[in-house]
Parts: sequence; C-alpha cells; structure tokens
Amino acid sequence: MSTVRLAFTPAPVHVRTARLVGVAVARRAGVAEELLDEVRLAIGEACTRAVALHRQYGLADLVTVEMSDEEQYTVRVIDRAPIEAGLGIAALPPDELTNEWLPGDQLAVGVGFALLAGFVDDLQVRPVDEGIGTVVRMVWPVDR
Amino acid sequence: MELSLATRTIAEHTVLEVGGEVDVYTAPRLRERLVELIDGGAPHVIVDLNRVDFLDSTGLGVLVGAHKKLRNTGRTFALACDKEPLLKIFRITALDQVFPLYPSVKAATEATGPQA
Repeated sequence: MSTVRLAFTPAPVHVRTARLVGVAVARRAGVAEELLDEVRLAIGEACTRAVALHRQYGLADLVTVEMSDEEQYTVRVIDRAPIEAGLGIAALPPDELTNEWLPGDQLAVGVGFALLAGFVDDLQVRPVDEGIGTVVRMVWPVDR
Repeated sequence: MELSLATRTIAEHTVLEVGGEVDVYTAPRLRERLVELIDGGAPHVIVDLNRVDFLDSTGLGVLVGAHKKLRNTGRTFALACDKEPLLKIFRITALDQVFPLYPSVKAATEATGPQA
C-alpha cells in the first residue's frame, strides 16, 4: 500500500492542483482509464466544497486530500468546518435549482453533491474521527 | 488548461465560445463575461461548450444563473455541446431538462431566437 497526502490553503486556485495529483495517483494505482474523468470531477467537487466551507467560516486550516491504493483507490477529502454546515443542501430537483431565491453558492453545493453521488458508487460523508470537520471518502476499483 | 473566452455574433445571436477548464477558480471570469453580455442587452445568448475540457458544479451554477437572468427578461439562452463527458454531467444533475442543449452552434441558432 502507498499513500499520497496533499494539504493546501483553502483557495480556489489550488483545487486544480488537487485534481491533477488525484488523477496522477489514480492512474499509477491502476484505476481504469475510462474512470479517470470521473475521478477528476469527483475530487474537484469534494475539494471545491471543502474550500467553500473553509471560506464561509473564515477558517485558515489546510484542506487535506489523502489518496491510498491498498486494494482499491481511496480518496479522503477532509475539511475542518462545523459538521452541520458540512452536509449542505442535498441534491435538488431541477425546477428548484432554477428558483430565483436559491443563491449561487448554495446552488453549486447542491449540484456538487448531485455530481458526487452520480459519479462515485462508493461515497461516504461523515464527521472526522477527532475534532471538527467532515471526511468525504470516495473509492474506485483498481485493475491489478 | 486555462479558461478561454471568445465572443462572436451570428445575426441576432451572441455566441460565447468557452475553452479549457471551468471550475471554482475560473468560473467567476465566465460569470463576469456572461453578465457583461446580458447587461449589454444581448437578446439571444448561446454558450458553446465544445472546447471545454472540464466543467464542475461552480461552472454549472454560472450557466444556471445566466439562464435564469435571460429567461426572466424574455430573452433566450442555449448551450451548444456534443461532448459526452459534459453531457453526462448535465444528465446526472438533471440540468439537461433545464437548459436548451444542442450539439452545435448551428443547431442552436436554428432552434432559438427570431427565426425559431
């Protein structure tokens, strides 16, 4: 098993770096080529969500991304925001997404969850084991 | 790849050609350009996504915002896209039921605007 851990200041500019690293590690771990677009999107969504939460709460803590390739490719994106905020709004039906009252950031959170749920078969969102925050855990199969 | 934005006009349609990656970092630039076009009075806006390599929820949020703004003022908004990875994103979020989606700019101009 090998692990790659990346920690970054919660700024939008670094989300692309996390995506690139996440896909590079996935490829090396043996994730099928046709899944890499989904890996890229899902890691990006999870990191975008974490950055948004840190900025919303004025948290300077780093966002952490852990990638490991034990028997499957597992990515954990860890934020340090209060758990009640971490769940955000769930996926909304399209007619509600276009309602005038829904602010852009909330809309993006709802769509982001819809994308995570749609692209990741094995997805888990739960509180961190210690302290405050949420772990978004995503798992993909590897070809060995 | 960085975001690229180019605007051209086809009859009464304003076409915004988007290329590269639309994400949480670059989406504000896309939003600014769309707001400029909408506030500038463009009657029919088509966003061409056929050169986009990556689109996330932030980018989708910007497109939804533009669609709402134009719809509420009696104007039209359409997307040109035939890239399967992007179309899958629209299907998963059910936004394919919200946006008028066409495979090409030509198809979008024929289906929207004054001649439609």
